[in-house]
Amino acid sequence: MREKLVRSAGEGRIRADKTAPPKASPMTDDQTRPPGRLLRNLNAKIASLPMILTATVVFLGGTIWTVVYSFTNSKLLPRLKFVGLEQYERLWAAPRWLVSIENLAIYGVLSLVFSLVIGFLLAALLDQKIRFENTFRTIFLYPFALSFIVTGLVWQWLLNPDHGIQSVVRGLGWESFDFDPLYNSKIVIYGILIAALWQGTGLVMCLMLAGLRGIDEDIWKAARVDGIPIWRTYVFIVIPMLRPVLVTTLVIIASSIVKVYDLVVAQTSGGPGIASEVPAKYVYDYMFHAQNLGQGFAASTMMLLSVAIVMVPWAYLEFGRRRRA
Amino acid sequence: MSTATLASPVAAAAAPGPGGPQGPKPQRRFSRRNLFVYGTLSVVAVYYLLPLYVMVVTSLKGMPEIRMGNIFSPPMEITFEPWVKAWATACTGLNCDGLSRGFWNSVRITVPSVVLSIAIASVNGYALANWRFKGAETFFAILIVGAFIPYQVMLYPIVIILREIGLYGSLTGLVLVHSIFGMPILTLLFRNYFASMPEELFKAARVDGAGFWGIYFRIMLPMSLPIFVVAVIIQITGIWNDFLFGVVYTRPDTYPMTVQLNNIVNSVQGVKEYNVNMAATLITGLVPLAVYFVSGKLFVRGIAAGAVKG
Repeated sequence: MREKLVRSAGEGRIRADKTAPPKASPMTDDQTRPPGRLLRNLNAKIASLPMILTATVVFLGGTIWTVVYSFTNSKLLPRLKFVGLEQYERLWAAPRWLVSIENLAIYGVLSLVFSLVIGFLLAALLDQKIRFENTFRTIFLYPFALSFIVTGLVWQWLLNPDHGIQSVVRGLGWESFDFDPLYNSKIVIYGILIAALWQGTGLVMCLMLAGLRGIDEDIWKAARVDGIPIWRTYVFIVIPMLRPVLVTTLVIIASSIVKVYDLVVAQTSGGPGIASEVPAKYVYDYMFHAQNLGQGFAASTMMLLSVAIVMVPWAYLEFGRRRRA
Repeated sequence: MSTATLASPVAAAAAPGPGGPQGPKPQRRFSRRNLFVYGTLSVVAVYYLLPLYVMVVTSLKGMPEIRMGNIFSPPMEITFEPWVKAWATACTGLNCDGLSRGFWNSVRITVPSVVLSIAIASVNGYALANWRFKGAETFFAILIVGAFIPYQVMLYPIVIILREIGLYGSLTGLVLVHSIFGMPILTLLFRNYFASMPEELFKAARVDGAGFWGIYFRIMLPMSLPIFVVAVIIQITGIWNDFLFGVVYTRPDTYPMTVQLNNIVNSVQGVKEYNVNMAATLITGLVPLAVYFVSGKLFVRGIAAGAVKG
């Protein structure tokens, strides 16, 4: 890097010569630079200090700390008394954790599929050179600006069986209409899914639309000349070309799925019973209410593991490919 | 320049040019295709707007009307009492001073967090883009990977750190936490932006003897106002909407608005006042909604830039 700076300063000087007489000593900084390696480029290092501390102490250190303490029997306070895999055995025997995992799996798969499909369809519709495109986009995206708490509470009200959608439809004459996901432990996770999709599909649509706009107009023309139907152009030409955007979107949705917490707290508080618990809530409750830190650490380590399973192959493909290119 | 060079083609494409959509004007015929496109979009738009509409009408009704009527019907008699009650007298536990306390807490959290996190991240992004030092990229890589680690993994270590420096439970501590977790995305944003600026600018300033801070304050800062606006939008909405950090790192009297809102609405005591609840929910959502509707395309650019990691 030092060579680069010196070189660039030299180039700059040539440039400067043409326009104005060079300043007395443009290289002062380099000449008076202290000899120590650590002190070189000192200002940049000072400016990066918060990042260095965050990356090493909080992100790296914090993660390692939690993983290490997940092998201890910490209760109210963290204690370094190792018990091997006991916390994990207890975790995977706990019905509440199993329900959480099952919910996360259902919620994750469905919200991935639905938000990708709906987001893509909306983006494709908006990409038809329509009028009021901005209006439609503004409407589809506004829930994304809201807090999960707000979203959860609104949908709690809409899905209220006594006053909400169910009672309205019954009032229209369909007396046997049953739709109370928040009070039925079998389908409560779908009630949360509805709210999550309402909030999140706008983002997917936005990303997809950006991807579609990046596709060359000539491809559409060529497909039309060849007489390929529109849907086939989308499925066989456009979607494969959207691969980078799709991968990015997938990673964003996946990492947000694992974090789902506020929405559940606001909409159902995990109920009825434990029917809508999720892992993030398990971690919080065990760490800060049940005073069973070891369980919280073990559960959060499992969350980390699940993210790693998604992220590592992606990072490998992404950065491996970039290096080759 | 500022639009096109932001982060990637995605960001550039997300914000169509000043002329709006390109190409010939759509045909004015009532073709089947148009009917399908506009029909579908309108139905979906109604679905998206419905919750907002229900929130507004519910918050303007009296309780008797809510018990009898239909959540979609407009209020027969408009009352602003639920709004007043939600703001000033709604109860959480023993406190009955309404959402106003949470609102001001959120303001006291959001403003310094936005300023601090952007100050740190912009200087840091500038250092990474123009003054690279050995090891900088490694720390940056850890930072970006860290953005994907579930927050739950780092919750407790941060509790310990804050307790050690005596900030656990205070608003200052929460501001620090928001600055830490805003760092990956913001640093990425600024680094990419500064890296895309013409290098000649930097070289010329170096030749003229400007140092690290001189170049930052006299050249980089004035030339990158759009990206600062994008960063402010990302941070205001993100921090205002936060719930997890608020509930973990503050005490009941310093709870931010989202936490207090959840406590008001989901409290088990007393009769449920749906109109007050919806008014409170709406009030909490007003700040990010206002930011969203005012900022328009910049918001879209912000999420597109934020979305493209690495």
